[in-house]
Amino acid sequence: MFENEELRNLSLSGHVGFDSLPDQLVNKSTSQGFCFNILCVGETGIGKSTLMDTLFNTKFESDPATHNEPGVRLKARSYELQESNVRLKLTIVDTVGFGDQINKDDSYKPIVEYIDAQFEAYLQEELKIKRSLFNYHDTRIHACLYFIAPTGHSLKSLDLVTMKKLDSKVNIIPIIAKADTIAKNELHKFKSKIMSELVSNGVQIYQFPTDEETVAEINATMSVHLPFAVVGSTEEVKIGNKMAKARQYPWGVVQVENENHCDFVKLREMLIRVNMEDLREQTHTRHYELYRRCKLEEMGFKDTDPDSKPFSLQETYEAKRNEFLGELQKKEEEMRQMFVMRVKEKEAELKEAEKELHEKFDLLKRTHQEEKKKVEDKKKELEEEVNNFQKKKAAAQLLQSQAQQSGAQQTKKDKDKKK
Amino acid sequence: MDPLRRSPSPCSSSRPSSPSTPPCETLGPVGIEAVLDQLKIKAMKMGFEFNIMVVGQSGLGKSTMVNTLFKSKVWKSNPPGLGVPTPQTLQLHSVTHVIEEKGVKLKLTVTDTPGFGDQINNDKCWDPILGYINEQYERYLQEEILITRQRHIPDTRVHCCVYFVPPTGHCLRPLDIEFLQRLCRTVNVVPVIARADSLTMEEREAFRRRIQQNLRTHCIDVYPQKCFDEDINDKILNSKLRDRIPFAVVGADREHLVNGRCVLGRKTKWGIIEVENMAHCEFPLLRDLLIRSHLQDLKDITHNVHYENYRVIRLNESHLLPRGPGWVNLAPASPGQLTSPRPLKVCRGAHDDSEDEF
Repeated sequence: MFENEELRNLSLSGHVGFDSLPDQLVNKSTSQGFCFNILCVGETGIGKSTLMDTLFNTKFESDPATHNEPGVRLKARSYELQESNVRLKLTIVDTVGFGDQINKDDSYKPIVEYIDAQFEAYLQEELKIKRSLFNYHDTRIHACLYFIAPTGHSLKSLDLVTMKKLDSKVNIIPIIAKADTIAKNELHKFKSKIMSELVSNGVQIYQFPTDEETVAEINATMSVHLPFAVVGSTEEVKIGNKMAKARQYPWGVVQVENENHCDFVKLREMLIRVNMEDLREQTHTRHYELYRRCKLEEMGFKDTDPDSKPFSLQETYEAKRNEFLGELQKKEEEMRQMFVMRVKEKEAELKEAEKELHEKFDLLKRTHQEEKKKVEDKKKELEEEVNNFQKKKAAAQLLQSQAQQSGAQQTKKDKDKKK
Repeated sequence: MDPLRRSPSPCSSSRPSSPSTPPCETLGPVGIEAVLDQLKIKAMKMGFEFNIMVVGQSGLGKSTMVNTLFKSKVWKSNPPGLGVPTPQTLQLHSVTHVIEEKGVKLKLTVTDTPGFGDQINNDKCWDPILGYINEQYERYLQEEILITRQRHIPDTRVHCCVYFVPPTGHCLRPLDIEFLQRLCRTVNVVPVIARADSLTMEEREAFRRRIQQNLRTHCIDVYPQKCFDEDINDKILNSKLRDRIPFAVVGADREHLVNGRCVLGRKTKWGIIEVENMAHCEFPLLRDLLIRSHLQDLKDITHNVHYENYRVIRLNESHLLPRGPGWVNLAPASPGQLTSPRPLKVCRGAHDDSEDEF
């Protein structure tokens, strides 16, 4: 139905104008704004907040954490930064309480859970039917700065365990914090010790990309200095005739932006100025895809069925949906039946109550009738007595009148006699 | 701006930073700006893709127009010869080229539709085209929902469809209206008045106004769509464009000498029509719209709007989908298979015998 000719390079005979494409793309992205999320993992007091302030040249409000946290929790805060016409939505996630507990077995768990939760949120949005990915606020962690304590010896076992758990989920950039406490020669030994430990334990830290000529050189030279030994400071000290960020000690001044003093500039260069976009891309194309693949396989989706013929995710979608609907229906049935049963029970109860009431009513009626009868009996008695009394009264009156009459007759007779 | 400009070396940066949004104020250069350069470098390394489809009756100059747009022989223009039999059904013909300009690589795919509107009975002639467009969306969707995905999914979706309106001078024909109505919902459509050299300036303006009137009456939303204007600058720019749509274009791939300059044009007895001269035709506007200013926008709208719409419909009605493997296997199918009567979806229905497997 439609034919496809082979891909071939075509020569242009004039200026067409699509060299403005990268600019068009950049303009679109600029109007949308960028998102960058950094996770800082390190012990309390190691200088995470100060380093963030120094990196982004601003004061993010935060109170220093206490050492009494019962467990590790993650605190995320978002800020909007703008430089010329580029808007950046920066989210900094802090591990509060890391390394403070007595039992640190589970310290890495909240961190892994948080990272997974962000992937999950994105995956959910992506799997939705009606979705809006282009204005989705991406909260996936693009870079994880792991703060190593400046002991001067080697990595702590907590560090190794945590980094091992995180390396397949996020781009890890290890840095040595508070590097002004280590002397220069010790620092070199420390760095090589750390790197060899990471390699021997198979920890995959973020590799600065070396495949494009424009950035390959700078990335290659910087990688040699990993892990970066940084010093953070937001206070400014007068050096020479200008103000610079530095830490002032009685024995000297440690300048943050002086490459001889610490690797802060290298970190800023690598993290922001050269590789920010690559970090985001790696997060999306490698870590997120890995998470997605594992999650979907876990849920039972496959790309090929047992006969190794490709079948679509959609069908499993369908099957799952039907399953789900079936479950829903079952639940509905259950609920309905339970409801019916309850109704029946209630009905029975009510009927019983009704019966009782009827009985009571009958009882009352009977008692009432009995009382009534008693009263009537009494009434009859009373009436009889009254009758008797009346009779007696009548009889008595009769007698009286008779007696009177005979008396009167008697006197009358007496009178006659006298005559 | 030279795309290959590198970000300056570390300690010498003295970029001024404008006062930023509260509550944060950057007190000096951080280097966030450099991300733009990083983006450019990555984009140039990966290259760009652009897929364009030209639709119109034969003889309207579609192939010539494409050659003129991209200043190369994208395909040899076939004059409608008397010896060539008109195809019985609509055939879609696609070519892909890689062109490069100043370090920017563009993989261009042009799809032609010979035979469109050429039959006596043109009923449902838009179905193969819609089928093709939806097929590309389907391909992309299949790739996107795989468990193990490719790093970069090849994008064959049609980003822009240029519709050639024959220069009758009256108004849109019923075929045009039917087609535009259906297609505007699925893809970005840019209508143009073809062979505009047969109309005078006044006739052109009148024709244009009537076409705009027709489009409004039938609620046909051509590119640039009003509802996707993001901010006031876009609105102003796009309103100007909307006023001139459809562009009256003339295509030519021969060069002629005019006033000592070599220009692309059509030579006639009464003069030379210069293609790139704004006074003669509006080809520069079309070229600017398609290539120089709105190419990325076309791709974005296709990806964010049309593809998402397709995806929603597809995922919601997946019970209508054919099951079984090999759906994307584009074995050459007979034309009748794709002319299904539903405009917005690709329905294989009973034709797909792999349904039996499930």
